[in-house]
Amino acid sequence: MTQVDVKVNGRSVSRHVEDRTLLVEFLRETLGLTGTHVGCDTGQCGACTVHLDGRSVKSCTMLAAQASGSEIVTIEGLAKGDELHPVQAAFREHHALQCGFCTPGMIMTVVDLLRRIPHPDEATIRENLDGNLCRCTGYHNIVKAVAAAAAGAGVARAAE
Amino acid sequence: MGHEGIGARVARKEDRRFITGEGNYTDDIPIKHAHHAVFVRSPHPHARIRGIDTAKAAAAPGVVGVLTGAQLADDKVGNLICGWMIHSTDGTPMKMGAWAPLAHDVVRFVGNAVAVVVAETKNQARDAAELVEVDYQELPAVVDVAAAQAAGAPQIHPEAPNNTIYHWAIGDQAAVDAAFSRAAHVVDLDLINNRLVPNAIEPRAATAVYDRAEGHLTLHTTSQNPHVTRLVLSAFVGLAPEHKLRVVAPDVGGGFGSKIFIYPEETVCLWASRRLGVAVRWTADRTESFMTDAHGRDHFTRAEMAFDAAHKIVGLRVKTIANLGSYMSTFSSSVPTYLYATLLSGQYDIPAIHAQVDAVYTNTTPVDAYRGAGRPEATYVLERLMEIAAKRFGLDPAELRRKNFITSFPHQTPVIMNYDTGDYGASLDAALAAARYADFPKRRAEAKARGKLRGIGLSCYIEACGIAPSQAVGSLGAGVGLWESAEVRVNPVGSIEILTGCHSHGQGHETTFAQLVAERFGLPIDNVSVVHGDTDKVQFGMGTYGSRSGAVGMTAISKALDRVEAKAKKIAAHLMEAAEGDVELKNGEFSVVGTDKKIAFGNVALAAYTAHNLPAGTEPGLKEGAFYDPLNFTFPAGAYVCEVEIEPKTGEVKIVQFTASDDFGVLINPMIVEGQVHGGLAQGIGQALLEGCVYDKGSGQLLTATYMDYAMPRARDLVSFTVSTTETPCTTNPLGVKGCGEAGAIGSPPAVINAIANALGVERLDMPATPQRVWAAIQASRMPAAAE
Repeated sequence: MTQVDVKVNGRSVSRHVEDRTLLVEFLRETLGLTGTHVGCDTGQCGACTVHLDGRSVKSCTMLAAQASGSEIVTIEGLAKGDELHPVQAAFREHHALQCGFCTPGMIMTVVDLLRRIPHPDEATIRENLDGNLCRCTGYHNIVKAVAAAAAGAGVARAAE
Repeated sequence: MGHEGIGARVARKEDRRFITGEGNYTDDIPIKHAHHAVFVRSPHPHARIRGIDTAKAAAAPGVVGVLTGAQLADDKVGNLICGWMIHSTDGTPMKMGAWAPLAHDVVRFVGNAVAVVVAETKNQARDAAELVEVDYQELPAVVDVAAAQAAGAPQIHPEAPNNTIYHWAIGDQAAVDAAFSRAAHVVDLDLINNRLVPNAIEPRAATAVYDRAEGHLTLHTTSQNPHVTRLVLSAFVGLAPEHKLRVVAPDVGGGFGSKIFIYPEETVCLWASRRLGVAVRWTADRTESFMTDAHGRDHFTRAEMAFDAAHKIVGLRVKTIANLGSYMSTFSSSVPTYLYATLLSGQYDIPAIHAQVDAVYTNTTPVDAYRGAGRPEATYVLERLMEIAAKRFGLDPAELRRKNFITSFPHQTPVIMNYDTGDYGASLDAALAAARYADFPKRRAEAKARGKLRGIGLSCYIEACGIAPSQAVGSLGAGVGLWESAEVRVNPVGSIEILTGCHSHGQGHETTFAQLVAERFGLPIDNVSVVHGDTDKVQFGMGTYGSRSGAVGMTAISKALDRVEAKAKKIAAHLMEAAEGDVELKNGEFSVVGTDKKIAFGNVALAAYTAHNLPAGTEPGLKEGAFYDPLNFTFPAGAYVCEVEIEPKTGEVKIVQFTASDDFGVLINPMIVEGQVHGGLAQGIGQALLEGCVYDKGSGQLLTATYMDYAMPRARDLVSFTVSTTETPCTTNPLGVKGCGEAGAIGSPPAVINAIANALGVERLDMPATPQRVWAAIQASRMPAAAE
């Protein structure tokens, strides 16, 4: 067993878990934060994307133990109360989700993308979505939502 | 409140929970003291099980049970079924082998489950599963559709000699032979429609809870049709009577057909829960999904089209071998027959059609309906033939199509279908204009100057949605009716709950169904909630597939709304002391025409529930239900134009523009419709350029079993699409809607391949058109020139 001490969505948590526990398993099963999803087991689909110390990571490709001492933000921690994060709002406004399963990972990836590149062109957006699979939208409206979030008033927050 | 009714582009009501991580998917739902199931699967494509030693696994930490097919048989758990009976041309019924949820004598594909381990934690179950020792005697295997019927091929089920499930035909063979004998031109083509894996991003999952005191089972599962699942698990598999089995399909993360079917894993979880007396949960990992979700397509086809001297089609002859895999999945038999060959007239006036279909067993994952299901395969046959014919005749492919379009409706095809309405010329005109088709030669020349090959390809598709009527599909072998149910419950304060037998797994029903209420009653969509996916809440329904929820499901709701409106009007007229005929319902209020008398919808609802002052003989309450059985299929159609640019040095294909013009009849929410088209296009383009499920012909192993091996379309493989719609309202349902869920996946593959063939100047090119295949085609097309 390993002790994991992390701050998740602003709250400090400390748990003992089996050594082999993946970060995504820790979030979903130990902490009950089921907004982070598992769509594959090979780090390809990106449904499990969360922020670790401000950068997007695939939480299925690291052990919970490796995250100890870090600050994690999951999809549940993105909105401020009832106020949606601008990227969340843009996804809704532009119908960038259908079944919603890839959406949390997609949004976490996009928030990090806009932090790194506040004004991406379409090719840059598509390039940066390479690690996230969506089977419903054909990416058309996701690309649109990312561009809108980048252009909109929300860009300042998205770039925090 | 702005306009929220039919045609309004309102944002989706369901989105908030998905964008904030509050979705409620099967694997997200906490179940007290749930144990975890892990399946032991065959590593061989075909083998006899000589024995299974479970002792070590059973003794491993945390394990509460290791169950095999022998125990399943002891408990008299029934086999999985195929619910559509197809008869061969000689009148014999299809030859179906048994499919036990856990194999106990022979395994027939890589991934065939032979045992299940149930333990306190998932890791314990995984560890113990590795301790189960299965003694296999390997048998020869066949995975290739074209080889399955060959003399000496390994026999997969004793019931099906030569691995042939049925030899089925449709149409008038003599008329077709006569047409071909008179034809001025015959165009022929051999093609493969590549096997695909549906790949909903949410893997299949199940949690089963047995309540011993009540003898009641609850299954939460990733289903597109929970009522059909309950029916099959009760009536055929025999796990519990219907009133003792609740099936819940909560938020479901995409289906595309693959979550219609009743699978071994969900069945085994239920049985294991009952037998072991613990709650059992299972979620597929991605490789399990690749191995066990029903695959799609996999046809080998030879097609010939006959034309007269004026280039009018006079006949079509098609022979297809369809791979159904190792077992017959729930609706597999209907896909290459009534969902495929009945669409072989396409948008064209073809006087004679004959199609023969052999369905075969192979040692592969079962194949069943995947987005489009049969209709993409039919469209691909026709639209590849049309492109090749135009090339051989030296005609503009658009003109050859236009010359053969059906232009008067209703139109009876030679293959059952009766098209109610359409305007194929309008779709084609709109697509060609949006794609700037006339200017293409300039763009090709410009690309050539840069050393690139540019091509343009068309596809004019038709599809049939809302499969119906029940009596007709019953006469063709369907084991179920294909109607839909609805219930409209008005609460005492006037808010409304719509209960539907349809299921939303991305389609946005919580929004579009509410929009129908907004249209009819003038109430805000926020006053409406849509309840679906729970057999304890909704009495019965057939689920969502085949783009049926608008045409069939919403029409059922509309009928129930009619009844609610009629009763509410009667009460409103009584309260306002007016004649019922003078009362109208608008903007959420009942008013008496020509007066200023009015009463809010909510007040009428309250009056219905207080029942203090109702018209004589009126029952209290305001709740109505309806069943709707359609009169006919609906027939969406459209025209797609794909433009590609190819790097001749590498064979890499870039889609530079993709234009879609669809006729879906009346649109409920154009934003959602466009989203459905985008997604369908991505899957169709994926089939054409990237996706292909590959089995090694020698070993029978599935080579594409992870996202590192199976090429899923990613954002940078695609472009932003140019989509638009034309509209001929459907004449057979009161809403005029046709359905939009599958069109993109149906129409796009031939447009892409036609564009590549056009760029290269070749006729035959199989999907997926990978750089390697395209490069090889370029080299082959240059050979004769080099030899000169």
